[in-house]
Amino acid sequence: MDRTIAIEVSRLTKTYDGGHVGVADLSFQVYEGEIFGLLGPNGAGKSTTLRTLITLLTPTSGSASILGYDTVRDADVVRQLIGYVPQERAIDRFLTGREHLELLGALYHLSKAEASKRIAELLKLVELEEAADRPAKTYSGGMKRKLDIACGLLPNPKILFLDEPTLGLDVQSRLRVWDYVRMLKGRGMTIVMTTNYLDEADQLCDRLAIIDGGKIKTLGSPAELKARLGGDIVSLTLKDQSKIPLLVSALTGQPAMRTVKTTPSGLDIRVDSPEKALSAILESANRLDCRLEFIEYHRPRLDDVFIAHTGRSMTESVQDIQTGS
Amino acid sequence: MAQYWQEIHALTMRWVRRLSREKFSMLFTLVQPMLFWLIFFGNLFQKAADVQVTQAPNYISFLTAGVVVMTVLNNGLAGGVDLLFDKENGFLERLMTTPIHRSSVILSRFIFVMSITSLQVLVILGVAFLFGVQPATGLLGVAAILLIGMLFGVGLTAISMAMAFSVKSHGDFFSVLGFLSLPMIFLSSALVPLAGMPPWMGFLARFNPMTWAIDAVRPLILSGWTEALPHVAMVVVVMIIFDAVCLYGSAKAFRRAMG
Repeated sequence: MDRTIAIEVSRLTKTYDGGHVGVADLSFQVYEGEIFGLLGPNGAGKSTTLRTLITLLTPTSGSASILGYDTVRDADVVRQLIGYVPQERAIDRFLTGREHLELLGALYHLSKAEASKRIAELLKLVELEEAADRPAKTYSGGMKRKLDIACGLLPNPKILFLDEPTLGLDVQSRLRVWDYVRMLKGRGMTIVMTTNYLDEADQLCDRLAIIDGGKIKTLGSPAELKARLGGDIVSLTLKDQSKIPLLVSALTGQPAMRTVKTTPSGLDIRVDSPEKALSAILESANRLDCRLEFIEYHRPRLDDVFIAHTGRSMTESVQDIQTGS
Repeated sequence: MAQYWQEIHALTMRWVRRLSREKFSMLFTLVQPMLFWLIFFGNLFQKAADVQVTQAPNYISFLTAGVVVMTVLNNGLAGGVDLLFDKENGFLERLMTTPIHRSSVILSRFIFVMSITSLQVLVILGVAFLFGVQPATGLLGVAAILLIGMLFGVGLTAISMAMAFSVKSHGDFFSVLGFLSLPMIFLSSALVPLAGMPPWMGFLARFNPMTWAIDAVRPLILSGWTEALPHVAMVVVVMIIFDAVCLYGSAKAFRRAMG
């Protein structure tokens, strides 16, 4: 299927002063009308990629273009075409919601009439009409996020960039943001988002790239990525954890098992066909007198894809962020 | 050009709005701590200061020029603070993704800082007037004082903004600010004329652009045009060089921050 390319990233490399590599030789395309996710641990290069696309960073080598316009050479054109919703609540606490939008209206060179028409629509869309004339410092976290999104939508962009759109939001606000994103896609907007939440990527993204160490580890639709991983996963929890190595060596190499991995409380076994594998697993466990506390069987989830490609789970990397390492 | 003006106007009005939102901070911006220097320090040292040294009818009339330029100094050095907060909370980044001329962010800040500084200088001259200090050169002299203040302020604000864009944290910014401000004041002719200083301090003070500004503002207040004019002409030249150096030095930080 031939699809129109909205964003073309070609051999993008960014090395910061001091030699830290942001991204290395990154290439991918985003199609028009899709929701594209950039997924990865902190420091993986998501932010560098996003900030290059929105013209805030100049690549060390390689290039990125938005609807055919280079992010460096044609930065001014690109800026007219995109909307950006930053990760931080980039809000001036002293200004009202409406004043934020009016300021941006002037910066996008809209006429007064055009701006006020668009602002009225956006305030309605994000349900901030009542709070529009209150200073932003009185807003809740969810309301600030809504204002952020309205600001991103003010230029009526062809492509919207969302940086961690639901970070730190309560469940309800989170679902609300998801609704907006789906609605905007419904209107034909191309959306690029970074996220730390796997369920969010799974729910929203048409395609996603898992980035780690400045490189793309894998790219595809969530379903493709899971299928590509191959095999379903059987997780065992053992009553007596000292028996784990025994069971691992018994199962490893058996024809029905693809891989056998030790977990803190038991084993994760990737299998081709659960019917054959389960009986073999249970038989071995009985023979070795390993009492099973719990058996779980599931199709590969995005978590498994993430672990397979980055060598760690998302929760671990999020903890890394929190401890500042 | 119309677009450029639209941007600058909107960005400048943002600073004005912010200030007007906070009644207290607006009050304290106009009735600033600098007034305490004038009112308390000026009257306190009335007897302690030697008229032979100050060459002024009283200490408060001598000090007025110093307080005017100190106000310019403090405002200029603090001029980048709001941009620092914008940088830290991501607001600057949001502005930078819009199709604006990169310079309008900086220009709007200059306009705002210069306007507030001029207002404050007028308040100081007004309070000094209440204590009997009448500018010898009249309203035209007041205009000249404002001009000198702005010329000095441009360079200072440029340094402050460049620092705001360059520092890692706002802690660093305020440390440098606190560290700079007092020596700049003591090593200038704000409180004591050059002739009345210990030679080593007087020597250092000669290299302080603040001294040049004060030595032009002071005769405008105390003496009259004949005495003031050569100083004013001189300070304009010195300040243009000072501003050029500051802007040149800051340009790299601006360019880096503005992408």
